[in-house]
Amino acid sequence: MSTKTDKIDRLAELTASTETSTGASLWVEAWRRLKSSKMAVIGACIIGVFVVVAIVGPWVAPYSPTAQLWRGEVLTNQNVFVGPRAENWLGLDHLARDEFSRMLVGARQTLLVGIVATLLGFTVGALVGGASGAALVLGGKVGRRIDTVVMRVIDMMLALPSLLLAVSIAAVLGQSLTTVMIAVGVVQIPIFARLLRGAMLAQGGSDYVLAAQALGVRKRRIALGHVLPNSLSPVIVQTTLSLATAIIEAAALSYLGLGNPDSAVPEWGVMLAQAQRYFDSAPMLAVYPALGIIITALGFTLLGEAMREALDPKLRS
Amino acid sequence: MSLLQLNGVKVHFPVKKGILFDRTVGHVYAVDGVSLSVEPGQTYGLVGESGCGKTTLGRAVLRLVDITDGEVVFDGTDLAKLPDEEMRRFRRRLQMVFQDPLGSLNPRQNIESILSEGMEAHGIGADQTERRERIRKILARVGLPANALSRYPHEFSGGQRQRIGIARALVLEPDVIICDEPVSALDVSIQAQVINLLEELQQEMGLTYVVIAHDLAVVRHISDVVGVMYLGSLVEEAPSDTLYAEPRHPYTRALMSAVPVPDPEVEDNRERILLTGDLPSPANPPAGCRFHTRCPWKQDTLCATDRPELRDLGGGHKVACHWAEEIADGRISPTHNAAQVVPAGHDGHGGDDGDGGSTGPAEAVKTEKAATAAE
Repeated sequence: MSTKTDKIDRLAELTASTETSTGASLWVEAWRRLKSSKMAVIGACIIGVFVVVAIVGPWVAPYSPTAQLWRGEVLTNQNVFVGPRAENWLGLDHLARDEFSRMLVGARQTLLVGIVATLLGFTVGALVGGASGAALVLGGKVGRRIDTVVMRVIDMMLALPSLLLAVSIAAVLGQSLTTVMIAVGVVQIPIFARLLRGAMLAQGGSDYVLAAQALGVRKRRIALGHVLPNSLSPVIVQTTLSLATAIIEAAALSYLGLGNPDSAVPEWGVMLAQAQRYFDSAPMLAVYPALGIIITALGFTLLGEAMREALDPKLRS
Repeated sequence: MSLLQLNGVKVHFPVKKGILFDRTVGHVYAVDGVSLSVEPGQTYGLVGESGCGKTTLGRAVLRLVDITDGEVVFDGTDLAKLPDEEMRRFRRRLQMVFQDPLGSLNPRQNIESILSEGMEAHGIGADQTERRERIRKILARVGLPANALSRYPHEFSGGQRQRIGIARALVLEPDVIICDEPVSALDVSIQAQVINLLEELQQEMGLTYVVIAHDLAVVRHISDVVGVMYLGSLVEEAPSDTLYAEPRHPYTRALMSAVPVPDPEVEDNRERILLTGDLPSPANPPAGCRFHTRCPWKQDTLCATDRPELRDLGGGHKVACHWAEEIADGRISPTHNAAQVVPAGHDGHGGDDGDGGSTGPAEAVKTEKAATAAE
């Protein structure tokens, strides 16, 4: 009898001790779910490889990406191209430069444009949307009016086709890589602003906000301490997805000739544009950068989608 | 002297339209002139069907919605006219427990953070250690384990979450707690636990409750005084036992008759009133008595033209009906255009001999809405 009670006591002790472990916050749980998602792992691997290549690319590239080392071997007017071979893994481009080295070095430009553009869109968009949402949550006539005005401006931005807007910005600011970053970033602003504002609006009407108000919590703390943190998940997901869009749009702008004026500096979009002319005789020259862009964008999209699922409060167990 | 007194409280929500700047095109008369008073240590129960404005009234007391007109006098202060910051400070003494236990807890806060937030806002407790001590006491009192502190709302069961909600209100040591449907989201077995907890806490701490519910049994169990709301106004108010023993307003009768009786014989023979039609839109409430469009006892005079005031019939039993005495005496019988009349044990149209007020087995008037309200 006593052994039985001992056993029960020990069991109770054991269960109790695990019970005292700290609770899992939503972020911790989301991270746990993210780690177990295949989609997230594949996406993260792709992004990881891409980032490493972008960082170390220029140092590990076997040849200079701008030097025409095999001049004479490539004769574009006679449709003579050099395909993959032992010393040039991906062959030579139309100016007899090593395609593999150019791909490696080009990754950095692409990543830079993607990150800077998304960062620009995220920062400005989140500020505008957050301010607008906070004004709305803090309430009052003034708050509502501020929100209305800001959101109408954002709506106008949203109404313009993104690539067209980017082209006009690039045209006004002149041809440079910075222009591409700004153009692609500006296009992202209304997306982030609307998203954050919408999420804050939805959270602002929730019961726990009402409860905080009933508790006597100050409105500023409600807006920044309750509404904002709960509205961030869609924005975080969008940031990842935006990186993919930004990379594609940056490539598109470069392709259209609005990117870096120095076409010797490798960039995937530019490479794609240049390869187009020789597509009949050397299609692979277009396929490499295109694949690079697609796979990278895919990586970010996969991670973004996985994050969307991980952060979904409805899937919380 | 009553601790909380409402005088002609109105909450009208503007209906807005417009592209760039909103323009008010009408109002929803959610609460339209409610007066009541709550004595210290008492429980005031508010019942009514969905959409009758009982939740809005509860929120109006805490100024969580803007009060259009009227006074909310708490301990001698009219809350309706207080500046925002002073109102915020008053909320320490007036707390609220919400219907949805999970929805009313911020999913990103752990229990310690949820419970200490109110104390921080009101400057209670010198530091976190002192606050934590107070939180531990309250947690033990509402029956939650001490290790709950570092856990998050989604890790608890429904009943535990509601206990957290109650603890959150209690740490501020309030005088009045407004319980907005405190148990309707919980399992029946848990409901009893939470109701009992609320009662124990009231006795220990001398709390005053305003309990908003649509469950007539819950309200009867917990309340000293019950007010029945219909379309934004009180139609009847009486001490709990009196109201349940002899409801005087036609609407209250319909509500009460929808509560099933566990005795099958009584159940078969008792009066049942099934109201026809829906609750009218609070954006366009009927003129005169709000209930006259569905009232089985509607008369040709007064009902459609004059809005009845809540008047005392004696013994604190207040009714807002022009014909309350006549209906009770059986001098007025139900008219049949507004309600379906089914005699007990028969199918089809019932006789006209029913006096409606008696407990006689002959008359049964049914109400669909009342059934929903009593669920």
